[in-house]
Amino acid sequence: MSSPLSRRAFLARSGLVGCSLAASPLLTPVSLAAAPWDTRLVVIILRGGMDGLDVVQPYGDPAFSKLRGSLAVGAEGGAHDLDGYFAMHPSLGPLVPMWDAGQLSFVHAVSTPYRDKRSHFDGQDLLEAGTTSMAGVRDGWLNRMLQAVPGVTPQTAYAVGRSDMRLLQGAAEVANWAPDADLRLSPQAARLLELVTESDPALHAALAEAQVLSSVGEGIDKKGKSGHVQIAEFAAARLSEEARIAAFSLNGWDTHGGQARFMDTALTRLSETLLTLRGKMRGDTWRKTAVVAMTEFGRTARQNGTAGTDHGTGGLMIVAGGAIKGGRVYGQWPGIGDGDLFQDRDLMPTGDVRAQAAWVMRGLTGLDRSVLESSIFPGLDMGGDPGLVL
Amino acid sequence: MLSRVCVRSDPWCVALREFDPQIAEIRFGYGLSPLKKPPENAQDVLDGLTAPDVMQSAFPIERFAKFRARMVQAQAQNAIRRKNRGTDIAEAARKQRNVLNREARTAMFDWLGQTMLRRTYTETAFRERIIAFWADHFTARGKRGVIRRGTSPYIEAAIRPFVTGRFDDLLQSAVMHPLMLDYLDQTRAMGPNSTRAIKRGPKNPAGLNENLAREVLELHTLGVNGPYTQDDVTQLAELFTGMTFDARNGFKFRQDFAEPGAETVLGVAYGEEPRVKWVREALVDLAAHPSTARHLAWKMAVHFVSDHPDPKLIDALEAAYIDHDGALMPVYEVLLGHPSAWEPTFSNFKLPIDFVSSALRALAIPENAFAGRDEKWMRRFFAMPLVHMGQTWERPVGPDGWAEEDPEWITPQGISARVAWAMDVPVRMKDPLPDPRAFAETALGRFADDAVRFAAGAAESRPEAVGLVLMSPAFQRK
Repeated sequence: MSSPLSRRAFLARSGLVGCSLAASPLLTPVSLAAAPWDTRLVVIILRGGMDGLDVVQPYGDPAFSKLRGSLAVGAEGGAHDLDGYFAMHPSLGPLVPMWDAGQLSFVHAVSTPYRDKRSHFDGQDLLEAGTTSMAGVRDGWLNRMLQAVPGVTPQTAYAVGRSDMRLLQGAAEVANWAPDADLRLSPQAARLLELVTESDPALHAALAEAQVLSSVGEGIDKKGKSGHVQIAEFAAARLSEEARIAAFSLNGWDTHGGQARFMDTALTRLSETLLTLRGKMRGDTWRKTAVVAMTEFGRTARQNGTAGTDHGTGGLMIVAGGAIKGGRVYGQWPGIGDGDLFQDRDLMPTGDVRAQAAWVMRGLTGLDRSVLESSIFPGLDMGGDPGLVL
Repeated sequence: MLSRVCVRSDPWCVALREFDPQIAEIRFGYGLSPLKKPPENAQDVLDGLTAPDVMQSAFPIERFAKFRARMVQAQAQNAIRRKNRGTDIAEAARKQRNVLNREARTAMFDWLGQTMLRRTYTETAFRERIIAFWADHFTARGKRGVIRRGTSPYIEAAIRPFVTGRFDDLLQSAVMHPLMLDYLDQTRAMGPNSTRAIKRGPKNPAGLNENLAREVLELHTLGVNGPYTQDDVTQLAELFTGMTFDARNGFKFRQDFAEPGAETVLGVAYGEEPRVKWVREALVDLAAHPSTARHLAWKMAVHFVSDHPDPKLIDALEAAYIDHDGALMPVYEVLLGHPSAWEPTFSNFKLPIDFVSSALRALAIPENAFAGRDEKWMRRFFAMPLVHMGQTWERPVGPDGWAEEDPEWITPQGISARVAWAMDVPVRMKDPLPDPRAFAETALGRFADDAVRFAAGAAESRPEAVGLVLMSPAFQRK
């Protein structure tokens, strides 16, 4: 080694032996009183266009089996009856106890203001922007919500996972982390990296935080665990501490063909995600939590020629958590008979998915209706309170 | 242009005194290279912009006119599909269309490699940087099907040939390009009183789409604080109606989509009858607006120098733009001539793609480093790491392009991904890796400090040592 200094001497001189993580803002104790509010909000973006009519099936309407053919299941086919009219897809079986415990609800026939072109790209942009058009919009509705409440810190809200979470982008600082972003360094490399970056406080702090965040998952055995479970475990861990908001994506809802198989995969992921959140939150965190899962659009009411469905309009929102009023199918049901469908093809949207999200946020944080309707969802009419939050 | 007599008060002479070859490579290029000598003076850098485009021919990228043939083929398969719904013919056409989509995707990864090689081998690195700057200023991406992979061909055709000319030519080239028209929803926009809209009748209303007009004013020309109103946006949107393209022929002006009557933008009325020349005239006027000069000057200073640039630098760039009627070379000349361009401390944090590019340049990867790499490999070692660092290749989140602010990039997740790439990928691109202690000197030049020298010698393995050099502040900043 040509270095004039021994490693030990250099590290000792630079004060880097041991842990310099105390500088990390993450390690600064945050008292709960300092947090702006105590409830938790989890937003899951279901990318690809979830077929709400398959997830919560109006099997009580004879028109349903006519529209769906091989996809129609209903209570006889193993779907879980909810109220004699709607039944929950068989793959959501693991969530039946959550439904029975009053911690799971659905809102049917909701949509964003997006109409006609049915593109994933545009639909997801609009869902996350929370506006009626994309022109000139740069930020997302969940970020604007953070801008509207006091006391938000960079650790209040987390975008978890690899996907761009547009709904959290904007002027309010949020944390981003993917559980598989963990720093995997030998102790020697970690120390040298601290040494090399010491002269750059911003870079040094980001590395220190990465080490702390990597250790959040320590003790959790990630081997063999799917990405969505890792994401849910990470979100549960952060929300059990100072984080109040987490947002992430679940993909795999674009079921143009062979829907039965793809739906099983996607719904199994969704139920594992919800069960992991509930199971891994510490203390009474779950009791204070509302999970909102929303998608860019629903799918065609009629089954297509490849045992799937195509891009539609009216969709389904899923709400879960200890802070919500569960065990109900909310929404204004438009029916699926002749003349009931939007453009004679899609479930008619009868409610704005943004209004539902707005009422959840109002229920959790007490945000003013005027703020929700002007700055968070500009131009939205929230309508009457559906009573989603306890 | 620059052969003038040096006067002591002339900022250009100050620059001649302060020009630094290594800073020139790091701040205005893609970092130091063990193969290529840095420019000797600012004139060298400027001359490099107009020298024969050696990199373009050495590492070719398909131009958009050729790329359009892929779109034509995909459209033909889609047409077969529609005509033969539910039959085997439709199924075969669908499969063939998917093949075309896949080929375009593979080509996109090839062009990623070519872009990296240009940045590795160029002797005129400022040229590649300025192209990337304008490509970001005019961010565009295709929305559906094959055109989604058209960004590199768009840059090759609409940006690269125009960066040394006048801004109004560059503006027209980018704004009227098929990729931009597709990205910002111009192709379907219809004047409410156009012959086409009237034919469709009130039951099937077609509308104006303000997306492109708004972004032209807000992002491409005047800037968000510019003196325009919603009326100007609407009027410009009406003036833009008619602009569209087809895959076979490229740009097209559809009279029947265009709104009749004059449109007034910023107080100037354009054309009674719809003509593409009025669109061009409006763009030329917008390019000449003082707010555009200010906006571009600010953006260039932030991009090349600092998130908080010296206001005098912005003033000087603005004045150069105005004095030379929007010619870009004199603006670059002022940028390279300004004392604050040669600040010896690095301020701006490299964006992930810059970081990766400059790492490959410092490593001097061989010209065949990407040869035979399949899509899976490119995804694993380039595309996905860039996603993890926060800068998905050719997929910026919005039309405003990538954020310039350093805090956007110095995030735990993003930095963690840089560390992972820096320690894992170089060894796959350069075999054998250079001696880390020598690498610290070639990659960082005189900006190598004791800490990085020590780490390069103390690491347990060569890949880790190289990774540590690449993660040092002197390499991460520019």
